[in-house]
Amino acid sequence: MSMRVELDEPKCVASGQCVMAAPEVFDQREEDGVAIVLDDGPAPELHDGVREAAAICPAAAIHLVER
Amino acid sequence: MKRIVVVGASAAGLAAAETLRREGYEGAVTLVGDEPQAPYDRPPLSKQVLSGTWPTERVFLRPRPALDSLGLDLRLGTAATGLDLGSREVLLADGGRTGYEGLIVATGVRPRRLPGEGAHVLRTLDDAVALRDRLLPGRRLVVVGAGFLGAEAAAVARSLGAEVTLLEPAPVPLAHAVGEKVGRVLSEAHRDHGVDLRTGVTVVRADGNGVRLADGEVIEADDVLVAVGSVPNTDWLTGSGLTVDDGLLCDEFSAAAPDVYGAGDVARWHNPLFGVPMRVEHRTNAAEQGMAAARNLLKPLARKPFAPVPYFWSDQYGMKVQAHGCLRGHDDVAVVEGDLAGRRFLAAYRTGDHLAGVLAVGMPPKTVRAWRQAVATRTTWSDALGSTASVSRA
Repeated sequence: MSMRVELDEPKCVASGQCVMAAPEVFDQREEDGVAIVLDDGPAPELHDGVREAAAICPAAAIHLVER
Repeated sequence: MKRIVVVGASAAGLAAAETLRREGYEGAVTLVGDEPQAPYDRPPLSKQVLSGTWPTERVFLRPRPALDSLGLDLRLGTAATGLDLGSREVLLADGGRTGYEGLIVATGVRPRRLPGEGAHVLRTLDDAVALRDRLLPGRRLVVVGAGFLGAEAAAVARSLGAEVTLLEPAPVPLAHAVGEKVGRVLSEAHRDHGVDLRTGVTVVRADGNGVRLADGEVIEADDVLVAVGSVPNTDWLTGSGLTVDDGLLCDEFSAAAPDVYGAGDVARWHNPLFGVPMRVEHRTNAAEQGMAAARNLLKPLARKPFAPVPYFWSDQYGMKVQAHGCLRGHDDVAVVEGDLAGRRFLAAYRTGDHLAGVLAVGMPPKTVRAWRQAVATRTTWSDALGSTASVSRA
């Protein structure tokens, strides 16, 4: 199964919840804390963490395309 | 388990429904919501929706196809009116009943109101749109309550050119939540932006023409927004046998009864991380607790205590306020990074011997996350302040 990670950046509220859920895939910009996607096609072993990040994002700004 | 009913179709209810599916549950899921709209997000209501920077479609939590793919029995525009624990049925406003084997209660809160008719409140999308359409340059808006919601609305109204009077009963806004020093810094921002902030003022009546104060003074306005807190939506549980005490009472697993869980703003649960019962009206908690409730409901033999570090943020006049932990009821506050005057700081909160929470404005994310981690690991106050020195030197 492949996964593509999409971030609706203007929606991001810089909570950093995604970085805590999936630090291999997300980081935050130093200046304003807005999320950065480090790996938009993460390996399968990271998928659970990324799904957790998408579910927990308080701005519903992370969209996953899985197929 | 073949049928699960989730009552409440906002952030907590949706998170619960999605988690049920993500965990592989294939039985029926009924999602009941009293509002007619598909699940939408509330934090933007007092920010981007009120300011008009977002079209209302942008607040929906999931695109329609994603919502449809969950295969839910979606009952929107239908309030739950009662619960029969014995027969395991939820009673609905349309006269119907829906049976369950597992139940998640996520009915949220509603705004507290004041005597009088015609004042605005700000909880739903309709509320936000109604107020947005009234905020024009020169219009006079009175906001009753300088908590986070009232503060955000005041900030947006000023940015749109409205004349804003902000009334607060406490001597310092938000002092009960964030302490006096930090509360004072946040309230100064209102004055800098031309808001007429009046503290120590009690409003006894609010209507479409203005407000009346306890001393008899009348402040006229084109619109009044009442933002004086909220009340848990537990009326429908009256007589059900569940315990309600400022929210649905839940244990450390978020359970209110066998196979019945609470999540989000409505739930008062025992947070084992801090060792106290709490009810948290924050967006992140809604999602986290919805997820936890769904998992614990599905896996009764592998339940996990729900022990989060609460988190909230607030946007006011370009300041982003972020807080992790449990700030209320703190014994002491110390500014450990930056400085208050520059409105760029991190304040640490002590409760008992522990670091209970932090509040940051304009600090780098790595710094904030490190402090959040210190809260999560229940760092003692002396260790936390000891580590500050090294952080500052770094």
